[in-house]
Amino acid sequence: MPPTGRATDVLEVTGLCKTFGGLRAVADATLSVAAGEIVSLIGPNGAGKTTLFAMVSGFLKPDAGTVQFQRRDIKGLRPHAACRLGLARTFQVARPFPNLSVHHNIAIGAHTRYRRRNQALAIAAEVAERLGMASRLDDHAGSLTVAGRKRLELARALATRPRLLLLDEVMAGLNATEIDDIVAALRGIRATGITIVLIEHVMRAVKSLSDRAYVLNHGRMIATGTPAEITRNPDVIEAYLGHGAAARLADGQIDA
Amino acid sequence: MSERGRTIAGGLLFAPLAAVPLVVTSGRWIEFLELTLFTAVLGQGWNVLGGYGGQYSFGHALFFGTAAYIQALLQFKLGWSPWLTMWFAILGAMLVAAGVGYLSFRYGLRGSYFALITLAFAEAFHVLSRSFIGLTEGGRGVQLALNQDPAQAFATFQFNFAGPFLSTYGFYYTILVFLSIAYAAVWWMQRTRFGAQLVAVRENEDAAEALGVDAFRVKLGAILLSAAITALAGIYHVQKFLFIDPGIAYGPAKSVEALFAPIIGGLGTVLGAFFIHGIGETTKEIIGTFWQERPGLDLILFGVILVLVLGFAPRGIAGLLGEAWRRATDRACN
Ligand SMILES: Nc1ncnc2c1ncn2[C@@H]1O[C@H](COP(=O)(O)OP(=O)(O)O)[C@@H](O)[C@H]1O
Ligand SMILES: [Mg+2]
Repeated sequence: MPPTGRATDVLEVTGLCKTFGGLRAVADATLSVAAGEIVSLIGPNGAGKTTLFAMVSGFLKPDAGTVQFQRRDIKGLRPHAACRLGLARTFQVARPFPNLSVHHNIAIGAHTRYRRRNQALAIAAEVAERLGMASRLDDHAGSLTVAGRKRLELARALATRPRLLLLDEVMAGLNATEIDDIVAALRGIRATGITIVLIEHVMRAVKSLSDRAYVLNHGRMIATGTPAEITRNPDVIEAYLGHGAAARLADGQIDA
Repeated sequence: MSERGRTIAGGLLFAPLAAVPLVVTSGRWIEFLELTLFTAVLGQGWNVLGGYGGQYSFGHALFFGTAAYIQALLQFKLGWSPWLTMWFAILGAMLVAAGVGYLSFRYGLRGSYFALITLAFAEAFHVLSRSFIGLTEGGRGVQLALNQDPAQAFATFQFNFAGPFLSTYGFYYTILVFLSIAYAAVWWMQRTRFGAQLVAVRENEDAAEALGVDAFRVKLGAILLSAAITALAGIYHVQKFLFIDPGIAYGPAKSVEALFAPIIGGLGTVLGAFFIHGIGETTKEIIGTFWQERPGLDLILFGVILVLVLGFAPRGIAGLLGEAWRRATDRACN
């Protein structure tokens, strides 16, 4: 499903640049996401994917370029303000509030829309239920497994009632069953009208979930298209370390 | 114990504390308890910012001292009623907190940087209070007039000549009321969005921001509430001793006292305060018995005991008790 014109664009990123010291982490990256899409952002480690998310969500200040969210310029907005507008991100390395229960972790997200404590807690329980975490509500977040933490990241972000979710490798480190669970959960989330951009290495998930994908390599957007188009693109295969990667792609597995 | 559990446990201490005059008649014991409750107020003030917010201040004397000076000077220079000056004392402490908080939090100073900047501000005010003699009376300090008229005891907020009961217990109840206010404030805070967001900022500031928490505003709110509670200790101190000088107001002693109580006690600051003064008095007693007067020796012994406590109970006395409780209940279940 290609973008159907500006009216439905949720996210519009143009010419985004970020340099760390001498390193060009993101160079002239452009990306647009329409309402209701699931778009994957893939690329080798160090390609600049996380940096791109950080700039879009207000954690890093871009050196150049524009970021529009629902046709509103949000460049320079602080992260909490972006979140309140409906743009929620998760972190590649999960950042739970370790001494708080799962319930209270999620409630922090819910407080973005609800001031009252019991309301936020009720919403949090609801979200946990939807993501199959209901039995874990009273556990300390610090005691969760990797899979549990990833799911908590997603639950907290979801509790902020976003329009757009930026998910940074929510499937990394999970086993096949856990990945299937998350894929199903993401489909459910999209069905409620939330747009999703996900950074992902698990090609199986990328292929089955996304309408379109972007490929970032050395900070540059080198390809865009449907997952099938992307995996046939020679530039993309090249980016994933030549023949070895091509063979793995043929298997439908990339673990860069 | 959960944070809420600790607050409840702390709250349960108030009934016996209120009944103390029925049992304790020794002036020395009352003084001990008063000192303990005073430390608990300081500790609870620090706790709002340090314990709940994770912003460790080494300069809470800044808020204590500012409130104390305002409380003293408005009476001393303008002859205002202490019941009026106390609002200005609280406001003044909050104003200073707003300044320090704005500078620190706007520029993202965290951890040891925040600790250092609060320490530096407290020291700066220490020096300023010595040098602005026209305003503060300098190193001589501010001495308030002692009221000897029992009829004026309440009007002057001085209980020294207020009859047999109040002259012994008046300030004890003053500090007990202040501590109750501090506890009520924290109890309220814990059930609000603000309190939840403050803890989230302590746990992981970036994650909190990503979830819509304005970390800057939340921390600013915390330092304001923290300063307001700490100001109560300053007000009490001036009314009780009728004297303030730069060393008492802004010296490091109050800053250290404020952070020791919650760190030693865990988040149940009343326990920590009891412990500190319990140890303090005991060491003084031991040293008095065995070595007569040796100023400083008690502090060294005190320090050693503190290190031992922190070594064996890194999460404070409350943590230790919670652990014991958990073990006891685990055994009961098995
Ligand atoms: N805060 C930072 N300071 C310096 N270099 C950074 C920083 N963040 C990322 N980088 C560098 O920028 C490049 C892109 O990193 P990142 O966006 O994390 O890549 P990806 O998420 O695609 O793996 C990497 O070379 C990384 O080392
Ligand atoms: Mg990354």
